[in-house]
Amino acid sequence: MELVGNPGIDFLQQVVSGIASGGVYASVALALVLIYRAMDVANFAQGEMAMFSTFIAYTLITSFHLSFFIVFPLTIAISFAGGVLIERVMIRPFEGKSVITLVIVTLALFDLTNGMAGLIWSYILKSFPSPFSASPVSFGGIFIGIQDLGVLAVCLVILAIVYVFFTFTKLGLAMRAAALYPESSKLVGVRVSWMLALGWGLASAVGASAGMMVAPITFLDPYFMQPILLFAFAAAVLGGIESPLGAVVGGLTVGVLLALVGTYLPSGQNLRLPFALVIIVAVLLIRPAGLIGRAAVRRV
Amino acid sequence: MALLELDDVRASYGAIRALHGVSLKVEQGSIVAILGANGAGKTTTLRAITGMIKSTGGITFEGRSISGRSPEDVARLGMAHVPSGRGTMTQLTVWENLQMGAYVRRDRAQVKADYERCMNYFPWIRERRDQVAATLSGGEQQMLAIARALMLAPKLLLLDEPSLGLAPIIVREIFGIIGAINRENGTTILVVEQNANIALRAAQTAYVLEVGRVTLSGSSAELARNESIRKSYLGD
Repeated sequence: MELVGNPGIDFLQQVVSGIASGGVYASVALALVLIYRAMDVANFAQGEMAMFSTFIAYTLITSFHLSFFIVFPLTIAISFAGGVLIERVMIRPFEGKSVITLVIVTLALFDLTNGMAGLIWSYILKSFPSPFSASPVSFGGIFIGIQDLGVLAVCLVILAIVYVFFTFTKLGLAMRAAALYPESSKLVGVRVSWMLALGWGLASAVGASAGMMVAPITFLDPYFMQPILLFAFAAAVLGGIESPLGAVVGGLTVGVLLALVGTYLPSGQNLRLPFALVIIVAVLLIRPAGLIGRAAVRRV
Repeated sequence: MALLELDDVRASYGAIRALHGVSLKVEQGSIVAILGANGAGKTTTLRAITGMIKSTGGITFEGRSISGRSPEDVARLGMAHVPSGRGTMTQLTVWENLQMGAYVRRDRAQVKADYERCMNYFPWIRERRDQVAATLSGGEQQMLAIARALMLAPKLLLLDEPSLGLAPIIVREIFGIIGAINRENGTTILVVEQNANIALRAAQTAYVLEVGRVTLSGSSAELARNESIRKSYLGD
């Protein structure tokens, strides 16, 4: 969108559009945080799982001619089941093994998902329908795409649902307890291993919603979630990898920072990925616990 | 028939054998104490009972074998285990800790009554329910752990060194409440203690464990008079 030459408005415009992409990063970051909290492992396959989910949505829309409004919840449900299944089949056998073992398992999962998607849907770029209109609306001179607003709204609703689930339901409480205190949780009858599987299901579902929100903007191929995953890592680390609220704050912050880098630095669009890496390294060096995370208090 | 029966239970940590065949009985409605020094296998015995460590030999609860069952399953059968170190869920609130205790229960009305019962035993919980458990003192964390175990409505309550690291006055308070829980609800209690003095006063029956074996057992009154117990555990 071409802008009238008002630097202030231009700046605000970038901030607003950054917040919108930030919603997507926040969702994927939350998915990362969910699994990290449950098993201390960064799930490198999170983006590819979301990519696979988005392809499932693509097939439901193009081959089964279902409306987006049916496909969206349906894909989330399928992804939830898929996440649970992945945990049972691929992660469960390695429960209690070292972190590096689990990391390598997630890398294997990354490769597997990417290869399978390529095999099934090919590597040709596909367009993915958007439920939102592409036209902008104006708020006091700032133009905001309805698409951006819609994406942000959907991401915030998903994040709110996850928050309510973890804060106000018995199962959510049990999942938190199982992640932090597996032994005490077992002693009160919580099936801790299943709680991990549920965590994978939730993370997969949250990631799927983000994938379906991004795909209309970036187009769809087996690689489309990879930059998003990196941005989400930056978001999760910035917010504090143990903190769900941090994931949201980090996501929105990274979204805005990347939009500004992309606009104001020379050839800034190409600097977005390196900038995300800089954020990760800088946070790990200066404040490893992130903005919101507390330094881990853990009994050894 | 005893509520809980251990028959020649053996367990090891890797190559190190911790239990060399422990047999004991816990009668319905009683308080039974397991006494012994550090490393005698007291904690391991409790861990074997609730399936936190693999063991061989027979463990029966209400006449059914529970050997090899997972801790989750054993909890669901009505056995609440307060582990050593209390197992406080420190980042959760006091109230969330209690809620977790009632996790497997479906009888809502009774659960509600049990919250009240816990708050009668431990009145401070009422005002501090929204406080994060990490901010509680050691004694309060021990009481919270017992309250959480009570929320399971257990048939058998296993307590692992409830006196550990606590001031004598707090220890007396906690053992007073343990006695009350047993009298008022008929809850059977198996308590592991190094503090033989207070444990023998609370329990009707006691077993003495030494290097993974039961070396003495009998009524608390008998054991309290026993010369070697007086020397080794009662500080005479």
